[in-house]
Amino acid sequence: MSEQRIIIGALVNNHFGVLMRITELFTKRCYNIDSLEVGVTDDPALSRMTIVATGDAHTEVQIVQQLSKLHDVRRAAIIPVERASVREHMLIKLKVGANTNAALMAMINSYGAKVIDFSADTLTAEVTGAPEGNDAFIEASRDYGILEVCRAGVQALHCGTECL
Amino acid sequence: MGRYRTVTDIQDNRLESLCWQPTTIRKPTVGKGFADSASTGATQTGAQIIVRSLIKHGVDVVFGYPGGQVLDIYDELYQHSGQIRHVTTAHEQGAAHAADGYARATGKVGVVIATSGPGATNLVTGIATAYLDSIPQVVITGNVDTALLGKDSFQEIDIFGITIPITKHNYIVKDVADLPGTLAEAFAIASSARPGPVLIDVPRDVQTAVCAVPLPEPFGNAASGEKPPTEAFCPAALQRAADLIAACERPYIYCGGGVLSAGAGKQVLAFAEHIDAGIGCSMMGLTAIPASHPCNLGMTGMHGREASIRAQAQADVVIAIGVRFSDRATGNNAHYTAGKSFIHIDIDPAEIDKNVGVDAALAGEIPAALGHLMGRLPVVRRAAWQKRLAALRADEDGHTPSTSRLDARLLIREVRARTDDDTFVVTDVGQHQMWVAQNYRFEKPRRFLTSGGLGTMGFGLGAAIGACLGASLTTRARPKKTVLFTGDGSFGMNLNEMATAVAQRLPIVVIVMNNGVLGMVRQWQTLFFGGRYSQTTLGRATDFAALARAFGAEGRRVEDPKSLAAALDTAFAATGPYLIDCIIDPDDQVLPMIPPGGTAGDMLLG
Repeated sequence: MSEQRIIIGALVNNHFGVLMRITELFTKRCYNIDSLEVGVTDDPALSRMTIVATGDAHTEVQIVQQLSKLHDVRRAAIIPVERASVREHMLIKLKVGANTNAALMAMINSYGAKVIDFSADTLTAEVTGAPEGNDAFIEASRDYGILEVCRAGVQALHCGTECL
Repeated sequence: MGRYRTVTDIQDNRLESLCWQPTTIRKPTVGKGFADSASTGATQTGAQIIVRSLIKHGVDVVFGYPGGQVLDIYDELYQHSGQIRHVTTAHEQGAAHAADGYARATGKVGVVIATSGPGATNLVTGIATAYLDSIPQVVITGNVDTALLGKDSFQEIDIFGITIPITKHNYIVKDVADLPGTLAEAFAIASSARPGPVLIDVPRDVQTAVCAVPLPEPFGNAASGEKPPTEAFCPAALQRAADLIAACERPYIYCGGGVLSAGAGKQVLAFAEHIDAGIGCSMMGLTAIPASHPCNLGMTGMHGREASIRAQAQADVVIAIGVRFSDRATGNNAHYTAGKSFIHIDIDPAEIDKNVGVDAALAGEIPAALGHLMGRLPVVRRAAWQKRLAALRADEDGHTPSTSRLDARLLIREVRARTDDDTFVVTDVGQHQMWVAQNYRFEKPRRFLTSGGLGTMGFGLGAAIGACLGASLTTRARPKKTVLFTGDGSFGMNLNEMATAVAQRLPIVVIVMNNGVLGMVRQWQTLFFGGRYSQTTLGRATDFAALARAFGAEGRRVEDPKSLAAALDTAFAATGPYLIDCIIDPDDQVLPMIPPGGTAGDMLLG
């Protein structure tokens, strides 16, 4: 069975220790975790997590089943990527040279990114898009000189009326 | 690894093909939001809430060790000593094993109390033992004041963090108002669905703080308002399982510890008779089926009985009930599964497909699943299969050697002659454990207490204390005679609990199978390491009988088989703990044995 990436959405109790419990499960069961993103929902008692993991078809079922078993996990499911809105938020700080500004701004605009901080020698861009788009932005930025990158992890919601 | 799993992949996956229903996982939530919704009751302290909750949940005995951060709980126990018996052990590990033994013997939740820091960390092996064998346990630890948490205060440790991987669930309670709901929820989680240990860490100031939140009704009581769940198995999975059994010729039931937890031994037997199957048990499921029942082929796995292992290998359908396909039970997975279909029935959906891919899965209550299957299947007789099973049994009986010297079989036979079917038999871990599992004839459920999953040397004496008290408290009679089989290695680990057995005046007969070596490891060194006995020859001069006497128990040493009967007669007549140090040969081996990762064809016989 081939290794692929999967996106898992989980609704979890919003209290002390839940994040540790979930990351520990991944450690204990030897599951590969690529990114984990968490934030409180409209209901302050619940947080929503989006976990990107890598594994074969057998492992992905095990991940969902083992997650579902945790007392603090109210619901966990695989979110199929083409039936979902998938976004990742990224901040990236680049070197600014005297004669690179025009080309750099053109690139930033073409990605729909925003400049949110500017100094004599640097700029910080805010990029939101599919994770592959953010990968591409990083590659395209290398020529200018990347100082720092801060990626938030993938977020995903089902398309249409389907909910977790 | 770039590509993401697509809808097509996911529709094709095992969740769908097994009709697995994520919603079948049940989670008790008596504690959630309880503090907000409940009407206010009389004011009580955290310590009062803890002890009164224990009483409300029917706890009659707790095991523990007092200390600085649980003084308030112990003060409450003092005031409720008429309702709860507290057993102080020699070491917190012994308390955890005792609560475990109590739970295994009675089916009730075992309760442990320990102080912060080392008190809490000493519990870790005991909690892990209960976790691996799915034993219901509630562990209460004290911790330093909430204001001192995180400051590396005296005897402060993050036991919450430490026990996440080895508990079914755990808590640190920082607000006394959460305590009543948390305790009720902890008991519910520990004992529901697949049981397991639950830890509650309670800082000292939470024990002394007061609140007016009343105690909720225990989960499962009519008054708690919780409805018992109704089982809904996927009809397609049920039909697939029924079709596989209807079409098969050689059905074999693999019965595990889940059958004991569910109290479903009778239903498994009825099912076996209905479809005319042979039954093999994992070590954890050994007592679910009476040894004398004609369907019972005995233990399966690495040191299983030959007939049971060969029957599994020859079967065309294996119906696995309440098992998790441990590597010690399956050996080489590919060979174990080759040429046969598997049906898996288990309360825990995460066990489906974890170790062995199955053809039909029923995640839910065992009796309900078996009831559905029997409703879809006619009663059949399989004369050819039964004839083959009978032949396998006859072959096996041919291997039984006679014993004229002191060895495990003789010891077990002589002990069995002095016990009844109700006697609880406890073991430690190693060769003696396997000899007991292979040779002792268990007729009633829960009578064999042993550390299966974790394989904890040092488990036995604490567990025997818990089992003895559990049996005695349940029947409200004289303490029931309890037997501990142990080895000189295992017994050496936690023999300090002899002090507890003496203090509690428990009639535990301790049989030490003393070969002066770490026998199971030595056996592997003999078989797989060219007889290089690295660090397994102990070279000790411990006189266990004298040591028992020093603890205030009785003890004697037996080397000659002719003096065994008299020694056992005396031991079984004693009113307190009695130890017999039995000298056996260091080169006696546990056979049959399937080498690790091996197959039925690789079986080593005596």
